[in-house]
This record gives sequence, structure tokens and C-alpha cells, in this order.
Amino acid sequence: MGMFRLRGGTSLSDREFREIVKESSEPRARYSMTAGQAYSRFFEGLKNGVILGTVCDSCGMVFIPPKIYCPYCFRSVSRWVESSGEGKVFTAVASYISADVKPLDKPEIVAVIKLDVPGYRFDNYRFPGIMHRICNASDEDVKTQRIFDARVRARWLPKEKRTGSINDIECFEVV
Amino acid sequence: MRFNLRVKNRVAVIGAGLTLFRRRLLETPQEMVWIAASRALEQAGLDFRDIDCVISGSAPDAFDGVHLKGEYYSEGAGVVGKPHIRVYVGGGTGVFVPVAAWWYVASGLCRRALVVAEEKMSSAAEPHPQAVFRHIWDPLVEKPLNPNLIWIFALEMHRYMHKCRVSKEDIALVSIKNKRNALDHPSAQAAADITVDDVLNSPMLVYPVNRLDISPVSDGAAALVMVSEEWARRYTDNPIWVAGIGFTLDTTSWTNRELSFPVYVRNAAEMAYRMAGIDNPVKSIDVVEPYDPFDYKELHHLEGLGLAPRCGAAKLTREGVTARDGDLPTCPSGGLLGVGNPIAAAGLMKVAEIFWQLRGEAGARQVKNDPVTGLAQAWGDLMQAGTVIILRR
Ligand SMILES: [Zn+2]
Repeated sequence: MGMFRLRGGTSLSDREFREIVKESSEPRARYSMTAGQAYSRFFEGLKNGVILGTVCDSCGMVFIPPKIYCPYCFRSVSRWVESSGEGKVFTAVASYISADVKPLDKPEIVAVIKLDVPGYRFDNYRFPGIMHRICNASDEDVKTQRIFDARVRARWLPKEKRTGSINDIECFEVV
Repeated sequence: MRFNLRVKNRVAVIGAGLTLFRRRLLETPQEMVWIAASRALEQAGLDFRDIDCVISGSAPDAFDGVHLKGEYYSEGAGVVGKPHIRVYVGGGTGVFVPVAAWWYVASGLCRRALVVAEEKMSSAAEPHPQAVFRHIWDPLVEKPLNPNLIWIFALEMHRYMHKCRVSKEDIALVSIKNKRNALDHPSAQAAADITVDDVLNSPMLVYPVNRLDISPVSDGAAALVMVSEEWARRYTDNPIWVAGIGFTLDTTSWTNRELSFPVYVRNAAEMAYRMAGIDNPVKSIDVVEPYDPFDYKELHHLEGLGLAPRCGAAKLTREGVTARDGDLPTCPSGGLLGVGNPIAAAGLMKVAEIFWQLRGEAGARQVKNDPVTGLAQAWGDLMQAGTVIILRR
């Protein structure tokens, strides 16, 4: 293939890579995101210690976090509903690394929580579920799968510390 | 779902090419595309000048650090003066590129298309290429929890293990098989002869995911030449036909669904099977490249494709059915776990493998069952995009 010896490409070791890097940049983009109609009210709810959702009367699905439309029925949702703040662990893991792959001192337990909404029942095909931390469980609880289906309840930050964020829920605790 | 699946024009694959897949390559994205494209054209017996359309795919621009990546690398595919289309569905992109190429050629708009996929993940050097994935989460309700990408896979894998009573040992067998298959692949980055203990004793990242359950970070490019029937007949005596395509999407709300079964794959597979006239995939598919960025994903996806009973893929793996000389050779290339995972290029590498297998040109990797029909599949984004292509000789 001409004057360059291309083969299938030229592999570099980590050291070679560092030696030949010609350009290094650190793009700094700060994003400021609006929360929209549904999430704005959801975050207001969190500030007040309530997990809000919206319901589609056509299929009976509850959306937590809320949506203004039902993505399955292609129509507007019908009304607001409240979760009891309790639910069941649908799946859980123990993270030993941070977001940028640094080791953590203590594993973080993370779960998908299937939330209770009084007056509504859901199968496991589709349900109102969110990802969050579990604060009073160990990695052993995860490895033994004891934690599956455990009942959990939202633990809230003190009211004065809440900012209208998903982190106003400090974590979910096994009850 | 109702589609017009009675498309008149047949589309053939007549050449494929790859770069090496490596953790770091010297070559720029443009040069990698040039290498893969040149190799595919060489196999097909065409020149860049013979190509009338370029269809490409690549994962987030943030990896290469060039925020018009498609327009940047495509000059390496000889794009000047030609229509160029870049498609994207996260990890599903690599199989989506030939799907997109199919619709351009089947429609008659393009007759001789160059199909390329590229990824240069090493450019996102600090702190780690994985940090790019911090920006795929819901920015308002998930990102503030400071998640690592592996969380979502670990959550899905553990749900699958729990629901299907599958052990980590069973899942490790996939990693072992694929890394071993890759020993015969000339582009492979992560080929190895390892044991279950090696997988279980590799660093624990997010339980149940250990380091060796995961494919590596890679640089690499892949290319195909796809042409209309008329041109296929002129260039080759053994064209490989596109028999079916499928691509569907679900929402990003991945925490609201049963994670143990990939509906996103099933929907795309049903579309592709219907188009290919396949009622019984187990009988019809001779060789398969399901998407395996994580070892459990191969099991999960075989079930989504209907090639294993629900919760039954681990048993097939244990019994050797999915081995290269088994009844359903699965990832004979070595997959992402063995060959490497330059995201979009890895998916297209799978399609290239099916092409070579159906032509009988896979060398030491050649499966033993004289395959007539093969399938490649990828998945993308937050458990939502499925892409499937079925090839037939
Ligand atoms: Zn609905």
C-alpha cells in the first residue's frame, strides 16, 4: 500500500504511547440542564420528602421518574401519583470502583428498586423503578443474593439540606 | 409491527477487512479507516473509485475527541464527492452500519457501497476511556449518583444470574471460549488460554463483574463492501447475501423493565427472521456472532435471539454446543472478549466474521458444520437498541 508500511496498524505500548503523544487537550464544557415539566415537579417533591410519578390510565403504567407522555401508548399521562417511598430490591451489585475506575475504600451497594405505589400493582415486565444506593447492606448480602426482593425504604437528607435532587434521597435502607 | 419486507433488490457482501485491534494504535482514525477499507476493497476486487456511497458508524465523538468524527475519518474511506451517511445506536452501531448500507443498496440509490466502522478509544486517555460513559446516563436522575458504566451491566448480569439460576462459573465459560477462539484471529488483542479460576480471581470491579468478564478498550476499524446483485455477479462467484435485517429501539428508562431477558434483541431478531423467512431460528442459523462486550451478554443475547431457550444458554455453553466445533458455533471469531472492543468496529468485525465463515474463508477459525446461514447481532445504549443482520450464501 504505497510508501507507508501499514500492515494492519501499529500497536503501541503504554510507554510508547506517552512518548509520541503530540496533542493533549482537556475540553472543559459545563452543561446547565433544565429539568423540564415532569422532572421539575418530581424534584420539588423530593425536596418535600415525596417520590412523585405519573400514571397512564390506558396501560396502567406508573412512571417514576415521571414522564409527561406514555411512551408505550403514545398519549399524555393521566395524573400524578405518589410512591410510598418503599419498594423491593429488583437487582443489586457491589461496586469496588468509582466513576472513573479508581478503587473505592469501601464497596458501594447499588440497586434497582421496584417502587410501591399504593393502589397499583406491577408485574416484573414493566414497573416504576429507579437506581439508587443501599446504605445498610454489605457486599456479602449482594453475593449471597440475600438482598434480592428485600424491602427497602427511602432515607431522606434532613429537610434543610435538600436541594431538589435525586441525592435528597440519601439512600434506601433495608427494613 | 408491520414492515414492507418484500424488497426487490438483493444486496450482497463481497469483501471484508480489518485493522489490528489494539489497546493503542499509532494510526489516526482516518488512517485506520483507510487500512480497513483498502483490505475490504482488495478482497472484493474493487478500487476506491468504484465506490458510489460510503456508509459509516462510530460511537460517541468523545472517544476520538473530534466532534465531527464521521466527517473527519471518512476521507480515509474515499468519500470525496460521494454521499456519506453515518449512523449511530451506541454499541449497536457496528451491526447497524451494514443494516443502513442494505437500505441504500436495496433501494437502488447506491450500487457499490463501502461500509466502515471506526473507534479510537485510546485518545480519551485520562482518567480512563471509560470515563466517557459518564455522559450516557440520564443527566438529571442517574448521573448525580456518580455511576460507573459497569454498574448497569453488573445490575443486569446479577438479575440474570438470580432469575435464571446461573453461576459466575457458568458465565466465565463464555470468556474462556471466546478468548481461546481469538487465538486464531490475526487482529486479536485479548486472545488467551485461561481457566475459570483466572476469571474468578481477576480483579473484582463491580460484583458480579470481574475484569476478565469484560472485553478490553480498543482502537480499530472494520470495513465491508456491499453491492447490488448485478454488481455482485460481475465481481464474484460466491457472493454472500443479506437475507434479513432488524433494528428496534426501546426507551432509555432501563430501570423500569425485566433485565433478565433482552426484549430489545428479541424485537430486532423477529424483524430479521421474518424478512429472511425463518420460522425456526435454531434450525436455520448455522453460525452466530452475538454481541459479547461482557461474557453474560452472549448468553443473554442467545436467548433474546431465540437460539437458546430462556435461561438455557449457560447449559448450551457447558455442553459445548456453542463451541467452534459444536452444533451452534457462537463467536467463532473470538468476539469482543477475545478480538477486542473498538465499539463500532467490533460490531462490524462480527459481520465480517459471518461473511468469512459462510465463504469458507475463516482459516483456522472455520466452523465445521458447512454453514449456509449466519447471524450477527449487537446491542446498544441503555438496554434499548437491538441490531441484527442475517447473511446467507
Ligand atoms: Zn400507557
